[in-house]
Amino acid sequence: MSELPINAGLVLAALLFLTGLLGVLIRRNILFMLMSVEIMFNAAGLAFVLGGAKWGEADGQVMLIFILAMAAAEVSVGLALILQMHRLFKSVDSDVLSIMKD
Amino acid sequence: MVIIFYIASIISFIATIAVVTRKNAVHALLYLIVSLLGVAVIFFVVGAPFVAALEVIVYAGAIMVLFVFAIMMLNMGKNSEASESNLMNFGTWIFPAVLCLVLLCEMIYVLYVDGVGGASVTTIGPVEVSRSLFGGYVLAIELTGMLLMSGIVGAYHIGREKKKEYHRYLQSNEMTHE
Repeated sequence: MSELPINAGLVLAALLFLTGLLGVLIRRNILFMLMSVEIMFNAAGLAFVLGGAKWGEADGQVMLIFILAMAAAEVSVGLALILQMHRLFKSVDSDVLSIMKD
Repeated sequence: MVIIFYIASIISFIATIAVVTRKNAVHALLYLIVSLLGVAVIFFVVGAPFVAALEVIVYAGAIMVLFVFAIMMLNMGKNSEASESNLMNFGTWIFPAVLCLVLLCEMIYVLYVDGVGGASVTTIGPVEVSRSLFGGYVLAIELTGMLLMSGIVGAYHIGREKKKEYHRYLQSNEMTHE
């Protein structure tokens, strides 16, 4: 029974965040982009909780609760926007939205 | 306890990679749920059982159900039925199932052998979290409630089926397209 591997946890949080960022950058399906944003939220929450565990405080978990609430609000609005986009453009490809420019 | 941490980390990372690389949205969603469960196990191991439960209930439960509803409503065209039958394939669900099984074994091991949080970890339970939440963070809680409320109202307003009312510029554009 050794010490908590906080460093490894922070590396995992960074890896998860980078994977989510990669997902936002390489996918063109807007549903997958929203999922990748969720992954990034989750990674940030993981870093918060690990920090809270490292110093033995409850504040990290409080921050995760706030992140959870924000993610819920963000997902509901984002999915409503995706439904509206599917209704208007008959597609969930984010490149379709570039026609707003002209 | 440390080995459980590493196993859950690896599972969560593999599942997250799978989320980004899947083609089918429902498959990606399955992997995303596995990833969230892995992160919940990590929370449990580092001595935060309350947020581990919240992660499973709110994230893997509620938010993922929202995604499933959205995918159902989008109904991705004619190949959706083909993918539906693909979902029953052995190869589709076996890998997420194996990952979940490993997490379940870890959970059983933790509950029966090691005890919650282990010996070296200081567990911060719901009592401390709630005391902090409704002590110093009361204003933030109020603001979060307002955020959720505006999120609900905004989602209703945006997602509502509107009558097609184009601006006259767009209307003339539409006619030239047709």
